[in-house]
Amino acid sequence: MKFFKVLSSLLLSASLLFSVQSVHADKLSQIKERSVLKVAVPQDFPPFGSVGLDLKPQGYDIDMAKYLAEQLNVKLELVPVTSANRIPYLQTGKVDLVISSMGKNPTREKAIDFSDAYAPFFLGVFGTEDEQVSSAADLSGKTIGVTRGSVEDLELSKEAPKDTIIKRFEDNNSTLSAFLSGQVSLIATGNLVVAELATRYPNKAPKTKYMIENSPCYVGVMKRQEALLTEVNRLIKLAKKEDVLEKFSQKWLKAPFPADLDS
Amino acid sequence: MSYQLDFASLVPYLPEFAAGVWTTIELTIISTLGGLALGTFCAQGRISNEAWLRRTCACYIEAVRNTPFIVQLFFIFFGLPALGLKMTAWQAGMIAMIINLGAYSAEIIRAGIEAAPKGQWEAGKTLGLTRRQIFMHIILPPAYQRVYPALVSQSIIVMLGSAVVSQISVEELTFAANFVQSRSFLSFESYMLAAVIYLVLAILMRQAFGLLKCIAFKNPSL
Repeated sequence: MKFFKVLSSLLLSASLLFSVQSVHADKLSQIKERSVLKVAVPQDFPPFGSVGLDLKPQGYDIDMAKYLAEQLNVKLELVPVTSANRIPYLQTGKVDLVISSMGKNPTREKAIDFSDAYAPFFLGVFGTEDEQVSSAADLSGKTIGVTRGSVEDLELSKEAPKDTIIKRFEDNNSTLSAFLSGQVSLIATGNLVVAELATRYPNKAPKTKYMIENSPCYVGVMKRQEALLTEVNRLIKLAKKEDVLEKFSQKWLKAPFPADLDS
Repeated sequence: MSYQLDFASLVPYLPEFAAGVWTTIELTIISTLGGLALGTFCAQGRISNEAWLRRTCACYIEAVRNTPFIVQLFFIFFGLPALGLKMTAWQAGMIAMIINLGAYSAEIIRAGIEAAPKGQWEAGKTLGLTRRQIFMHIILPPAYQRVYPALVSQSIIVMLGSAVVSQISVEELTFAANFVQSRSFLSFESYMLAAVIYLVLAILMRQAFGLLKCIAFKNPSL
């Protein structure tokens, strides 16, 4: 009996080792070998990922995935995920990368690795072309609209000079209406909200003045896949240099790619 | 169900409430005066001999009385700038309140005017008074007196309705309550305090109108 016990536990641990080994085998060479890059993308979060009129996925994240696959010279397989299951998909090896407008935080960093930032996602101050504002101090004496009780309201109330007139509106729509109707020439909100506005009113959309709170998006890579991570980072750097990200940003977010994204 | 009321935590926010109360009082006083003046003018317009004036006043009154106050407010604040008419939130709120009270009080005052016996007009004519003189000196004062309670109620409704202008960022009492609620999360306490303040304001307003009545209508001949 003892013999069987020892044998079975040996077998078990061996199989475990083997499976761990296979999961942690070098992903990059694996991807090249099978010539397919599997990427988890959102499909319910425009403009990062949604389903287009032609029923095909579209968005910033999808373009980013296409770019990476192209550069690696492999085929792309998109795997739609939700924000709740995107990390498990990566951890269990169902996908090679997560490009799903994912922000970085310490808890997530324990579970997976993050590349350099590839997309801007921030709360900021936006305004008409002629407003000269590049920091909170410049708001002195100016009137700015914001949605009451939002994160941007709390941050703005903390950092804006005393003589800034903060007009607080009931909801995002009222804040935007106040801007569009010219009642305020500065607003604090998220860049996605502004992107949506820019899609509908290309001439009237506010321009980015400065960021209040920056939480850019990163590509998620499985832990201990240094080769893949390095390669992804190299391609992101290349994309920044060759204005690929600038193009994505203009196309999906209707705003230039911020230079100080990683800071 | 064991909610612990925590009014002590509202103390740091009392300046916000005080500023809000002041704005509410300011809005109420100006809009009551403006609204009643506008209402008197329109009531007169509705019984005028000029058809165009009658029709204009009727259109205005019906348009305002048959649309929600908040829609009128948004129309003025968010809509008019498209036509180049830009004003601050405070001005927009004030104008909306005046326009609103103007229409309602016009109908109330008209009721008072139409209740005047025909004989009073005729008596005025016999004395050789002009139509305007008859209206100003014979018809209007008792008309006011007849509909005074209704006017008081309508003014108080407008004062309470000023809560709505918080929606366009006018920092009155409701705005203060909303603001404090969004910072302290003491929603029960902030709205309870706001409600009590409104109640006190309404009672004070009724008292003030009562005092005004004693002064204005002390002439026993009216």
